[in-house]
Amino acid sequence: MSESIRLAIEDGRLIDPANNRDEITNLYIADGKVLAIGKKPDGFRADQTINATGLTVIPGLIDTLVHLREPGHEHKATIDSECRCAAANGITTLICRPDTSPVVDTPAVVELIRHQAQLTAKSRVFSVGALTRGLKGEQLSEMAALQEAGCIGVSNAQQPLASSLVTRRALEYASTFGLTVFVYPDDHALSEKGCLHEGPVATRLGLPGIPEASETVAVARDIALVEQTGAHVHFCNITTRRALRMVGRAMFDNISVSADCSIPHLFLTDVDTRNFDSNYHLIPPLRSQSDRDGLRTGLAEGAISLICSGHQPHEPDAKLAPFPATEPGISGLDTLLPLTLRLVDDGLLSLSQAISRLTEGPAKMLNLPYGQLGEGAIADICIFNPKKPWILSHNTMQSRGKNTPFMGWEMNAHVRYTLRDGQIIFNAENDL
Amino acid sequence: MRKASLQIRKDGRLRHFLSIEGLNAALLQEILDTAESFAGVSAQSIKKVPLLRGKTIVNLFFEPSTRTRTTFELAAKRLSADVLNININASSTSKGETLLDTLRNLEAMHVDMFVTRHSLSGTSHFIAHHVEPHVSVINAGDGWHSHPTQAMLDMFTIRREKGADFGRLTVTIVGDISHSRVARSQINALNLLNTGEVRVVAPRTLLPAGIESLGVHVHHNLRDGIKDADVIILLRLQNERMLGATLPGKHEYYRLFGLTNDNLSIAKPDVTVMHPGPINRGVEIDSQVADGPHSVILQQVTNGIAVRMAVMSMAMQHNTGEEDV
Repeated sequence: MSESIRLAIEDGRLIDPANNRDEITNLYIADGKVLAIGKKPDGFRADQTINATGLTVIPGLIDTLVHLREPGHEHKATIDSECRCAAANGITTLICRPDTSPVVDTPAVVELIRHQAQLTAKSRVFSVGALTRGLKGEQLSEMAALQEAGCIGVSNAQQPLASSLVTRRALEYASTFGLTVFVYPDDHALSEKGCLHEGPVATRLGLPGIPEASETVAVARDIALVEQTGAHVHFCNITTRRALRMVGRAMFDNISVSADCSIPHLFLTDVDTRNFDSNYHLIPPLRSQSDRDGLRTGLAEGAISLICSGHQPHEPDAKLAPFPATEPGISGLDTLLPLTLRLVDDGLLSLSQAISRLTEGPAKMLNLPYGQLGEGAIADICIFNPKKPWILSHNTMQSRGKNTPFMGWEMNAHVRYTLRDGQIIFNAENDL
Repeated sequence: MRKASLQIRKDGRLRHFLSIEGLNAALLQEILDTAESFAGVSAQSIKKVPLLRGKTIVNLFFEPSTRTRTTFELAAKRLSADVLNININASSTSKGETLLDTLRNLEAMHVDMFVTRHSLSGTSHFIAHHVEPHVSVINAGDGWHSHPTQAMLDMFTIRREKGADFGRLTVTIVGDISHSRVARSQINALNLLNTGEVRVVAPRTLLPAGIESLGVHVHHNLRDGIKDADVIILLRLQNERMLGATLPGKHEYYRLFGLTNDNLSIAKPDVTVMHPGPINRGVEIDSQVADGPHSVILQQVTNGIAVRMAVMSMAMQHNTGEEDV
């Protein structure tokens, strides 16, 4: 890939929520940054010009807490396969989870992940480090060392912490270094062995349920601990209306919390789990219609400022077993942009709001300089055709994991180009 | 509905028998009628009919069972099928061969029917999704989900005791509904057969969320629940329920929910008492009731053979090997 290519992106519809911009204009890129918007700078000579007529130009997407499966689970996916997939879907920054094997609790693993991502030279990858050693929930990890190695936060992923005391100490220690703690709220004793939202569907199918309280109890406790410790907690993948209401209330009270939700929980409910289809097996589980609607409201009203894909690619065998024995999660990178834009078609969000939830929202939460395209900004850009329908299928999916309940759904946004640091990392004409 | 099409062929006949849910009343009646015709076979000195001669049936049990497996085996033998019993410790499969591999290997031996039992809900549906088109699957119990042949033998027993009009009956199920595949299948079958009133009785720790949505009236007091009942079905209380925080112990359970001759008098005078077995005497049922005149617990076992013969023969009846999904 050539260094510091000079690019002109002409006549596209630039939507940049962070800078309140939505207009048909030109973008001029040099040295990996946005040099100018609108009028071509004097003396600018593009090495390459992209005619973006009819296309939408937005900041590159940021997807938080994805599974890239490497190291340790390369039979499911690799950093290489998923970074290529991300690039093909307009995602320029991936934040990966610490529950790899070995877990991300030493600088060496952080370095390995960064190195693999650099070799692929597609999307940028940041690690979230383990909150406790080996994610065992007992001893604190060396968070300062992880931060120095490049971790942008810490998390115990979906592993339980031994006690409220460990949680308190972990929050205090993380906040010493200004590290955001990413929490999947779950009272493990309440959710253990469950595989579906506790309610009429789980009762009908005879599946062990995961009660709403497993999430609300954890959120309530953690909000109290955030107030006590002054740490910043980001709640990942909120699924219930009541938990979201608590987070919204805490935000209103200036308690340092934020929350996201993932794509499947915005579209599907436990009722979709008919006939034991393991592609609907998620943890946290698909909840009730009322919860889904509550998440949508929270998203529209701003309690949720970012949407993530919840990406968990699996090999086919992981889903080929009786429902409770299958591994949870969906492969989500391929559907992050089109399904977020479907929320615009559903009348829930404006186009600018929808794009904000994938760009400005996560960038602000993570305190990263990406997700906006003002002059001087890092040139992470996604250019897509908003009116080119396509059907999600095994063939169109770029992820190694084909596990998705959205197979066969019609999508609209079709990514044409992806740029990271001003470099074209995906061009639909050459790369598909 | 995909679930219906998984179990029912295009012509409306049974293909697999996985759960009561997804079937229709006519099919249930057909099962009961067919079972009636087989009930005589077991009473004859030569207890065999040649309906499934040359067919191979595998009892694939991943969970221990005596009664169910034995009656399935007898049913298959009385239909003249060749029967193979395979008991697999579920924990050993988790270390090695996957369920699908086990299935493929057995299929390679040209099996015509699997009778499956597994501790995980949805296992029989999973197997039915993956077998060859000519193979039928009968669910002999999956997790807490479904045990449809047990439910049908119970319906058969009720019909023999009370007649074919379920509309005038009040049926009460007492016990651990949460963890019971039997209860779920019974509730579905009773409602499909238009039972007048279906009740469940249990403390709240043994009732799953939203149980009312299955079409039952919920009671927490045994005497309220069995008042004027025509049929009382007791469920086995597993000892493991006493280990966690589900119940304080057998003593209080028996005191509150155990069926005794004393509280039996609240039910209809001709009440029928049923239990899928194995029974815990002095826990969910007093011995005097279990062995008393209202109890049909042993008839249930006998009826199990006829009902299983009916289901097996019906599923194999149109076994042409044609894929009709």
